[in-house]
Amino acid sequence: MSINGDWYLILAAALFAIGAVGLLVRRNVLVMFMCIELMLNAANLTFVTFSRMLGDIGGQAVVFFVLVVAAAEVVIGLGIVVTIFRRRVSTTADDLHVLKG
Amino acid sequence: MVHAAFLMPLFPLVGFAVLLTLGRRIGDPWAGWIGTAAIAGAFVAACVTFAGLVGEPASTREFTQTFFTWIPVGGLQVKAALYIDPLSMTMCLFITGVSMLIHLYSIGYMKGDRDYSKFFVYLNLFVFSMLVLVLANNLLVTFVGWEGVGVCSYWLISYWFQSESNASAGKKAFIYNRIGDVGFLLAMFLIFSKAGSLDYSVIFAHKDLIGGGVATAAVLLLFLGACGKSAQIPLFNWLPDAMAGPTPVSALIHAATMVTAGVYLLCRVSPILQLSPDADWVIAIVGVSTAFVAMTIATSQQDIKKVLAFSTVSQIGYMILAVGCGAYTAAIFLMVCHAFYKGLLFLGAGSVIHGTEDEQDLKRLGALRKVLPWTFGTFIFGWLAISGIPPFSGFWSKGDVLDNVFAKSPVLWAIGLVTALGTAYYMTRLFYLTFYGKARWREPAPDRPAHHTPHESPWVMRIPLIVLAVLASVAGFIDLPVGGLDFFNTWLDPVFAGSLYNDHEHSLTVWALSVTDAAVAVLGLFIAWRIWRVRADRPEFEPRFLQRVWYWDDAYDAIFGRPGEALARFSATVIEGRIIDGAVNGVGSLVRVTSTKARRFQTGYVRNYALAIALGLALIIAFMVSRVWWS
Repeated sequence: MSINGDWYLILAAALFAIGAVGLLVRRNVLVMFMCIELMLNAANLTFVTFSRMLGDIGGQAVVFFVLVVAAAEVVIGLGIVVTIFRRRVSTTADDLHVLKG
Repeated sequence: MVHAAFLMPLFPLVGFAVLLTLGRRIGDPWAGWIGTAAIAGAFVAACVTFAGLVGEPASTREFTQTFFTWIPVGGLQVKAALYIDPLSMTMCLFITGVSMLIHLYSIGYMKGDRDYSKFFVYLNLFVFSMLVLVLANNLLVTFVGWEGVGVCSYWLISYWFQSESNASAGKKAFIYNRIGDVGFLLAMFLIFSKAGSLDYSVIFAHKDLIGGGVATAAVLLLFLGACGKSAQIPLFNWLPDAMAGPTPVSALIHAATMVTAGVYLLCRVSPILQLSPDADWVIAIVGVSTAFVAMTIATSQQDIKKVLAFSTVSQIGYMILAVGCGAYTAAIFLMVCHAFYKGLLFLGAGSVIHGTEDEQDLKRLGALRKVLPWTFGTFIFGWLAISGIPPFSGFWSKGDVLDNVFAKSPVLWAIGLVTALGTAYYMTRLFYLTFYGKARWREPAPDRPAHHTPHESPWVMRIPLIVLAVLASVAGFIDLPVGGLDFFNTWLDPVFAGSLYNDHEHSLTVWALSVTDAAVAVLGLFIAWRIWRVRADRPEFEPRFLQRVWYWDDAYDAIFGRPGEALARFSATVIEGRIIDGAVNGVGSLVRVTSTKARRFQTGYVRNYALAIALGLALIIAFMVSRVWWS
């Protein structure tokens, strides 16, 4: 039994929206990170879905690249977050606005 | 033997290099001896070359020594080469000879100076440049030497630059010379555009290509250059101020050699001068005017060196007058004799200044004949020579010039004769005020105390005085106005063939003119003797108009100085302050105002940036959807 591809796309859109809204409304840096991951994987799901629907392996190949880049990004991002938390007590993103103009 | 010519400029160049690198370590007095030895080497080289040249038959007494091609650009081929002919040879002989004596004199005169070796560095470089100037085989290399002597002159006038007035005297000399240099450069361009070369030999071979109008323009532009370098009207004002330099510099550069470079240049290009009779008239008139004006000023100056400076301007005016009359040999003859007697007079004045601890005011000298016997004894010869008393050199050389001028125009001759009268007058005034009368240096002046008894100069300073006194006395005999005894005339004949000579005059005329010259000289001498023998204070003979140099500097100040200053002030306040600064500051404040507004967007909150990205994305999607919708 195979499920219609549309459902995958709807799921991906829902995941993306959850991630985007979460990024905008949450203050905790770790949660924001998780939201970003959610959005990335929503995009990956879209790629895979289209790859299957169109019978083109290119979409799945792109997913691997996205996964690698996401992994690297997480390493750097978490490193920065940990460094910041060592120096500061609070954990909200709004406290980190030293780069404001 | 003529191939020793390259040694002439080489010796001073080596001396310059050695003194430049090691001078400070060598110090006083050996740096001076090295400098003198370098010039002595050049003098020996000049004598050897001369002997070689005399050995040749008269028609082949010229050769070119090429070292390398300096500027090989298409049609412009400039070679670094020396051109030796009787004219450049004559120049080299007296330049190296007089320079050697003045270097020797400087060893004593500059003793104890702070920058002793630096003085000889400049002096050696000057002699090198001067030799490049006279030996060059093309206009451009001549110009290199021309600028070289100019910059050495600037350095040496401002030698004691701690005083503001000395520094500005140097600047004045340099700027006046720049005006002349523009003329020289333009003349060079003009000649190159017509003749297609800068080599003298090529230019003279193709002089037919230079038309009448162009020739007049080229000659007048060259003459402008000569006016700057040789201190002629309207550019003569720098020379009196140049007396701010040490006295040996005044003797060497501002009397004997450099200031005559303009006369040399005009003689060098004499074939082009002959193309334009109009320009020759201009040259003659400017020359005689300068001679006359400078003579009148010299009669009223207080400063011993200023009198000699205006006298130099006046004498060079005679040389220029001779050039304008086509009497190039007479001009060079006067130049050589002038180098001897004016060098002697300046060195004598230097000896007086040295002995009285820097007293230059004629009204504070007097009665020095007893305390400075050697200076006095040698000065007599210089005084009689420049006054034109027979049989000293000035009589023969000035007489030669005046004879030629008489052949061209009796009016110019009459002005020249009046100038000769004035020359005898002001030199006698100087002589009596310095060596006779009361010993005014014994009385204290309002601004300075009485002097101790002046002291005679050391022997290194006396020897040049004696040698120059001998030369100033006998140099006239190289060119007597009698057939068969005019050696100098015969020697220079291959260079100036075809120009006007006084042997065209009837010998009776020459005799009459000579007697007139001598009578006028004696008359001038007598008048000054009557006036200045006893009293030094005769204001009625020193009108303010003459003391202020015909208000010439004041006129330049009013015509060029003040409008220039006003323009500079306008530029500084309005153009610089409002327009240029306004534009720069306007751009700055525009950026500041914009960025003050724009910085509000940078809040530092991640969620704001995320929202901006989301909104932007939404806009892009909306745009694309709308395109799909309505297509």
